[in-house]
Amino acid sequence: MKLAVWTYEGPPHVGAMRVATGMRDLHMVLHAPQGDTYADLLFTMIERRDHRPPVSYTTFQARDLGADTSGLFTSACRDAYDRFQPEALIVAASCTAELIQDNPGGLAETMGLPVPAIALELPSYQRKENFGCDEAFLQLCRALARPTARTERVTCNILGPTALGFRHRDDLAEITGLLSEMGIEVNVAAPMGASPSDIKRMGAAHFNVLLYPETAESAARWLEKEHGQPFTKTIPIGANATRAFIDEVRTLSGSTLPVDESRLRQPWWAASVDSTYLTGKRVFLFGDGTHVMAAAKVARDEMGFEVCGMGCYNREQARPLRALAKEFGLEALITDDYLDVEAAIEAAAPEMILGTQMERHIGKRLGIPCGVISAPVHVQDFPARYSPQMGFEGANVLFDTWVHPLVMGLEEHLLHMFREDFEFHDDAGPSHHGGHAPRPDAVMADASAPAAPAAAADGGSMPPADAPPSQVSAAHQNVVWLSCAERELKKIPFFVRGKARRNTEAFATEKGLHEISVDTLYEAKAHYAR
Amino acid sequence: MSAPLDTATPSKGCRDTPVLRERGQREVFCGLTGIIWLHRKMQDAFFLVVGSRTCAHLLQSAAGVMIFAEPRFGTAILEEKDLAGMADANAELDREVARLLARRPDIKQLFLVGSCPSEVIKLDLSRAAERLSEQHGPAVRVLNYSGSGIETTFTEGEDACLAALVPSLPSTEARELLLVGALPDVVEDQALDLLAQIGIAPVRCLPARHAEDMPAIGPHTVYAVTQPFAGDTHAALKRRGARRIPAPFPFGAEGTTLWLKAVAAEFGIAPEVVDQVAAAPRARAEKAIAAATATLHGKRIFFMPDSQLELPLARFLTRECGMEAVEISTPYLHSDLHGPELDLIAEGPVISEGQDVDLQLDRVRATRPDLTVCGLGLANPLEAEGLATKWAIELVFTPVHFYEQAGDLASLFARPLRRRELLARQHPNRVEAAE
Repeated sequence: MKLAVWTYEGPPHVGAMRVATGMRDLHMVLHAPQGDTYADLLFTMIERRDHRPPVSYTTFQARDLGADTSGLFTSACRDAYDRFQPEALIVAASCTAELIQDNPGGLAETMGLPVPAIALELPSYQRKENFGCDEAFLQLCRALARPTARTERVTCNILGPTALGFRHRDDLAEITGLLSEMGIEVNVAAPMGASPSDIKRMGAAHFNVLLYPETAESAARWLEKEHGQPFTKTIPIGANATRAFIDEVRTLSGSTLPVDESRLRQPWWAASVDSTYLTGKRVFLFGDGTHVMAAAKVARDEMGFEVCGMGCYNREQARPLRALAKEFGLEALITDDYLDVEAAIEAAAPEMILGTQMERHIGKRLGIPCGVISAPVHVQDFPARYSPQMGFEGANVLFDTWVHPLVMGLEEHLLHMFREDFEFHDDAGPSHHGGHAPRPDAVMADASAPAAPAAAADGGSMPPADAPPSQVSAAHQNVVWLSCAERELKKIPFFVRGKARRNTEAFATEKGLHEISVDTLYEAKAHYAR
Repeated sequence: MSAPLDTATPSKGCRDTPVLRERGQREVFCGLTGIIWLHRKMQDAFFLVVGSRTCAHLLQSAAGVMIFAEPRFGTAILEEKDLAGMADANAELDREVARLLARRPDIKQLFLVGSCPSEVIKLDLSRAAERLSEQHGPAVRVLNYSGSGIETTFTEGEDACLAALVPSLPSTEARELLLVGALPDVVEDQALDLLAQIGIAPVRCLPARHAEDMPAIGPHTVYAVTQPFAGDTHAALKRRGARRIPAPFPFGAEGTTLWLKAVAAEFGIAPEVVDQVAAAPRARAEKAIAAATATLHGKRIFFMPDSQLELPLARFLTRECGMEAVEISTPYLHSDLHGPELDLIAEGPVISEGQDVDLQLDRVRATRPDLTVCGLGLANPLEAEGLATKWAIELVFTPVHFYEQAGDLASLFARPLRRRELLARQHPNRVEAAE
């Protein structure tokens, strides 16, 4: 048993729904009680889909448990087939149905339906949403993909985009365009947009492009083994990775066509003098493994940031992430407990967070700007405009998205120069953000204010359980700030104050000082000067 | 245009209309969802769901937005080892509760909330609650109820919570009025104020905002229900000897007036006193309703089953806003609580209970109502078919009871129609799927 307040991933059947909902002419029958239908709103509200997800829920009730729940399943299966006439069905059990062991796969098999009924084993008490995506897509490929002659021209499949994916819609468009520029047609892109008959002909492609290991790595490996299709290992997020991806595709396809880089603005935007202020910004990265690993390289090599922490919530990616973190001189944080993430961020005191919607809220609480780089998704992650993360346009998007939350170059200097201007002071936050961001302690106060109706409240319901951070962080217990130094510290702009406090305390501890004066503050500043 | 406030019952109401009962796929939330508002209402209570990752995911998705900071609810997620008997689920639960209470000394009431998985594996949460009460009492009172989807639909979760509270309430011989149902604080204050002006005080509320203010119950307790889904609570109070004041629910100017008069009559107060006290707020309510009625009058409305608010709201919209009800569907029709509403709704609409969502959607498409009240999973798909919708969940999350909110209630229904008019020239009617 583990206490969870917020979760990064849903249960595995929600992952399977993401596959089914992304596809066409496929229907899913989920053995589940009423209430599990909440998952529909993820798709219709967050992603603004204009169709119900193609999922029928058997909706068993307590009184059915002693009676015939398997009968409910078979009738739901038959009704679903009759009404929706899909090319194939996938059948699965949600967490509760798993306990009553009706074996939906076996039941569907004996029904003699005229279309394939593909059974999914989704162990709800062990695995999570990404596993559900990966497993559902793998089983679809295993059940449907048939050995097929290769297409005459060099083609590839694109693997991974699903419904409710972080920018999958636009990544797919961007990478399809890039491949087309290289003279490579897409045979099938799946799951998103594919039908079961498309899955059947996946074997015709010469190789596979794997965009999201979280949702499609097992399928990619199976296709490699069974259909002899190699797959790409580079995730084309960032300018460098996109170029590496192009090289990899050239090796796999023999394509020699040039790729036009004229619309790639990110490298010049990062190199232009206005961006000097980005140098060495300390960023903390958290999200799914794939997006975090890609973002870490972009942050360091293409933005000139300093990565001060990184981690992921999906254990499946723990190994490569740990390896990369080591390369960055860091220890990776692998957890799905947002309280651990919050504590790690607080301890690292970064100047910016690149994370998920959860970290965006953590950032709000701690007064640290945050850019969103990964699922879990929020309605804001489905912008009306084209906004890929991958390819050259994706690199441009990353630059804008990551820079936007920060205080801009000249403004940063002005804040240093006129610290106590009554409206242009550092607590006002970046001036290009509407209404100015609240100062961190105001956020704390907000959280304890009596809140409006639940749905409307984006703030907190309770004062934070722990007292506000003490004057001296735990590691430096015997150091005391003199009031003059404390006042001086307040004159340092908020976005570097945490770092200054930490550095000064570390400096004082190192020197065996018990009190921090204004001099100590500036000695520490000189000591840590870069 | 201005709806006459006619307290006369229609020549023939819906009381005897045969009820269409359906079962099949239900597009509704389970009772756990009630935690979203209950944890705000009861300020020293924590709701600990004993369930699966699905329960946790539902709670963070149901409100449509994440309520961040640390909420006063959480899920103790069952893991493989709990199910395989490798870990003693009760010992695990005790450990998690001890950790939680150590971290949250402000918690005075802890609800262990059963879920589908905990019910299916027959985890005995009532015994766990007793055991934990002994361990952590008297500072913390531990209670349990089930919000599972196999037993409860959406608002029935609140009902189950309140019903679980009733046996634990102290006894009293006092003749007191009790209001039953969680109301937003501002609305509750308005109701108490109106009742005080009429001359009824003190009035107790279930649930109270704090543990120490929970009401006492006895044979002289009379109660007025404010939420139409409080069926089990109603039964539990009856078992304690309390008596209900039958009345329509306090939605709209008419509903509020009828409700107040029924309560007043119980206390021997003449209806004229209510009329006098209510004159000003009632006039304000009627004025505000009239503004929305301009949009709603003559429009046809279809209620899909969601919160059990459907019948009282249909009564309000047909009688005070001039709407026509095509079908009024409720997850559960409680003839005792909903009877006064059925009497007031003129015969005509289909009255249905339960749901087979595909069949019901066929009826929506066949009748093409001007407005369909439905859950979040169905709203955008219906909009894309050119059918205007109202999200049902907003009716539960918004202050809508009593006079001062009557205009807001009407405008919740008018807004989707007004928005459609505003966007008429560019409404896509049918957008291609975002692929």
